[in-house]
Amino acid sequence: MSIRIESAKCVGCGRCTDVCPGNLLFLQQRKAVIRDSRDCWGCTACVKECPQDAICFTLEATLGGAGGRLYAQDSAATLTWVLRLADGAEQRITVNKQQANAY
Amino acid sequence: MKTIEKSADILIVGGGAAGCFAAITLAKAHPDLSVLLLEKAGLKRSGCLAAGVNALNAYITPGHVSQDYVNYAARDAAGIVREDLLLQMSEGLNAVTQDMEKLGLVILKDKAGNYVSRGWRNLKINGENIKPLLAKAVRQGKNVEVLEHVNVVDLLQDAAGHAAGAWGIALREEAAVYARAKAVICATGGAAGLYRPNHPGEARHTMWYPPFNTGAGYALGLRAGAEMTSFEMRFIALRCKDTIAPTGTLAQGVGAAQVNARGEKYQAKYGNTTSERLYAVVSENLAGRGPCYLETQGISEEAETSLEKAYLNMAPAQTMKWRETGLGPRTANVEVEGTEPYVVGGHTASGYWVDKERQTTVPGLFAAGDVAGGCPQKYVTGAFVEGKIAAEGAAKYVRQAAHIADAAQAVPVQTPAALAASVAELLTPPGAPPLFTVDALEEAMQQVMDEYAGGIATAYRYTERQLALADKHIARITRLAAQLRAQDTYGLLKIFELRERLLVCRVLIAHLLARKETRWHSFAENLDHPHQDAAFAKYVNSRLHDGRVEIILRDLVNRSNQVKEAAQ
Repeated sequence: MSIRIESAKCVGCGRCTDVCPGNLLFLQQRKAVIRDSRDCWGCTACVKECPQDAICFTLEATLGGAGGRLYAQDSAATLTWVLRLADGAEQRITVNKQQANAY
Repeated sequence: MKTIEKSADILIVGGGAAGCFAAITLAKAHPDLSVLLLEKAGLKRSGCLAAGVNALNAYITPGHVSQDYVNYAARDAAGIVREDLLLQMSEGLNAVTQDMEKLGLVILKDKAGNYVSRGWRNLKINGENIKPLLAKAVRQGKNVEVLEHVNVVDLLQDAAGHAAGAWGIALREEAAVYARAKAVICATGGAAGLYRPNHPGEARHTMWYPPFNTGAGYALGLRAGAEMTSFEMRFIALRCKDTIAPTGTLAQGVGAAQVNARGEKYQAKYGNTTSERLYAVVSENLAGRGPCYLETQGISEEAETSLEKAYLNMAPAQTMKWRETGLGPRTANVEVEGTEPYVVGGHTASGYWVDKERQTTVPGLFAAGDVAGGCPQKYVTGAFVEGKIAAEGAAKYVRQAAHIADAAQAVPVQTPAALAASVAELLTPPGAPPLFTVDALEEAMQQVMDEYAGGIATAYRYTERQLALADKHIARITRLAAQLRAQDTYGLLKIFELRERLLVCRVLIAHLLARKETRWHSFAENLDHPHQDAAFAKYVNSRLHDGRVEIILRDLVNRSNQVKEAAQ
């Protein structure tokens, strides 16, 4: 499990179910659900696709996770990653899509 | 369950790097041929490139020639490569890179407009959106029909054994798909999930290779009688601990060296091929000098910021880990570990035995990308090139093959009704509930491979006696898997995936047994034969024949002076 679906925010648009490379997401009573949480690869395709910030990426406890939630806000020119740490602090990193990686 | 029937001139199985490029090539160069692409998930984010990619690792930079790339790959594989395939691939790398740039991929350039390289064969890019760009280009092809969320199970063949299409299941329609074609390009990717992963349990799928690449392409080829090569050249990735994020960005990008817990740089002791870099970490750990790290401490603030963004573009977990712990790469060295082994032809050389047009030993069946063998280090751009070559090969075949002109001959032996009946049987509730689930059998398979076929538990080492036990247990689990039944198409998918993996495991074990030497540390570490043996400067190939795995040792193609036996 690398993602969490925050059902209250989900509007049932189904975009995440189209992009999951494992066919793991589907709609049930107009809310996205994951078939088996252990099967998520952690690619964040659904996190980037969700227009409602209703899916976040997390680091599992066995991977050293500390309780943070990572969201992504996609736009034409940028991809902004929003990290909400366990203590409530928020950090943002914006990646310019036209800029190549320096490394 | 209903059956959706389709037909096309060329069927492409799998819409990853190779499959997309095959479709793009056929749209551009052969608009008169009809093309059907079947993709297991959604084209926009499927396969290896779902999360993005950080660099293009196969490119011929100024001052280098294609042969340099061949020499590099041949050296890395200790000679067990098809130099003919490698050279042809290398010669196509730069053209597909330019094609990809035209499709919208951002590639770093200097002020003069030249690509900026990272090392002698890598380009720096923003590859987060590489898969959406490919998907968009495929959809523009007027002669290309794409069916998504279709899992292909097996090849269709005519009475003479020519490829005549493929069948599978449509996950969203609760239907079977029966697709006839005059030629088939297999581009499914390799096989993950054969071995117990680094983190069983909640994070069991936090792995290097997509856990959804289950060896479908290998399995369908094996069942159709195709010859495979070099399964025993397993690939094991050296990754950032826990997140399983790439290490190349740190090693090549910022020049971070490997250091052990004592701060010693140990790499020179072990050599610098891909397998030796992994073996170095394994050996240092076994000697009690672990954990091992990439020495990033002390890099500039600017470098740290750039690395955070680079990882977000391919493996966000690593950036998240740095931020969550408050220990970025500038503050703390990055711990590394080896993954579980995979069978994959894009990094090592496992896959279909193909000719220069990427036609397999099954007439009319072509292979490209990770599922095609003999041509390692192809990475993303190499997979593009192979997609292009396979597309041209398939187009030529469709136009020239004599049996195709006679429509009565090119009829699949398998009828839609027979396939529907076989699927219906799997959906029939069993008389008594089966003892085991797909999950339980998958776990059993992974445990067997881990303990007896050189997984993480044995530091990737094995003996012949262990392999014999592995073979026995895989046969037992295969028998148990025959009893599995499903309730819906997703349940069918899980059964088919397990069967594919079990077959790949069986063939892999036979390959490991056949190579009675240790040519690549860790990738195939045979404790009964711990040294390289000149007698095994050969390809280990295999095919299924009358239900048995038949091993075929073949002489090296274009053997040249680059292959220096017993070099160690």
